[in-house]
Amino acid sequence: MKKNWWKIIAVVFVLYTIIAGFLLKVPAQPILHESIRNLYFHVPMWFSMMTILFVSLWNSIKYLSKSNIESDLLASQAAHTGMLVGALGLITGSIWARYTWGAWWVADTKLNGAAITMLIYLAYFVLRGSIDEEQKRARISAVYNIFAYVMLVVFLMIIPRMNDSLHPGNGGNPGFNKYDLDSNMRMVFYPAVTGWILFVVWIFTLRVRLEKVKRKIYLND
Amino acid sequence: MSTLKRFLILLVLAFCSGSMFAQAMQSATQAPVEMATGLYQSGKIYVVVAVVAIIFIGIVTYLILLDRKISKLEKEVQNK
Repeated sequence: MKKNWWKIIAVVFVLYTIIAGFLLKVPAQPILHESIRNLYFHVPMWFSMMTILFVSLWNSIKYLSKSNIESDLLASQAAHTGMLVGALGLITGSIWARYTWGAWWVADTKLNGAAITMLIYLAYFVLRGSIDEEQKRARISAVYNIFAYVMLVVFLMIIPRMNDSLHPGNGGNPGFNKYDLDSNMRMVFYPAVTGWILFVVWIFTLRVRLEKVKRKIYLND
Repeated sequence: MSTLKRFLILLVLAFCSGSMFAQAMQSATQAPVEMATGLYQSGKIYVVVAVVAIIFIGIVTYLILLDRKISKLEKEVQNK
């Protein structure tokens, strides 16, 4: 129990978000209406994706400096987990876009940037799958992973801010400025982000432990 | 670990106090926008909350079981 306290925090925070996210008052906004509550669920997906992919990047750098194969395992499992939440973020964003912007997908810098980021990471798995030799695979994919994270920052944070975008938080879009100041939403949003990040880290540790057991069995045989 | 715990508690407290301060400063001048007040009056929003909460609890239970299974597996592999 002692080392599992953070998993409990994750569950409690997300559960709190689900209950408070539906029931607490939110600012009344045209077009958005009640869908403003998606902020508590859609946005944390991207926050946790960036966090877990940063863990992946960190382990790739660690691999390059120490050449410990365990770092490579951590990096690849973190990237896998990141793709899970990234996919959820894309799908939920698409649904939200359909009922606020009127289309499942619009050619927007933020949306296309997110899609390109996912493709860049899919290429990471293709690269890994195409090299048999363990150390070589670890080294080449670690280098690629650093490039991938830089591209993520460029496509998700820099380019959308340099262009006009429908998506809030970019360009000259005032859509969410009101709730940028709304304290009611912050009281749910911050626990939501913390909770989901911890939750995703939990899934990541499960993946890592499973892979380690697999490796051990494999090496014993 | 304890520094991390302390940091987390500090973080939560900071958020709470910050939001209370901001609440006091909020102005209430806004054009009326149609919201789901009817849904709240009928009280059926709680049904949705219950459904989503149960789905989440289900997933968490699944993860806990998975966690335990992997722990067992780890012990087995170590004893080999």
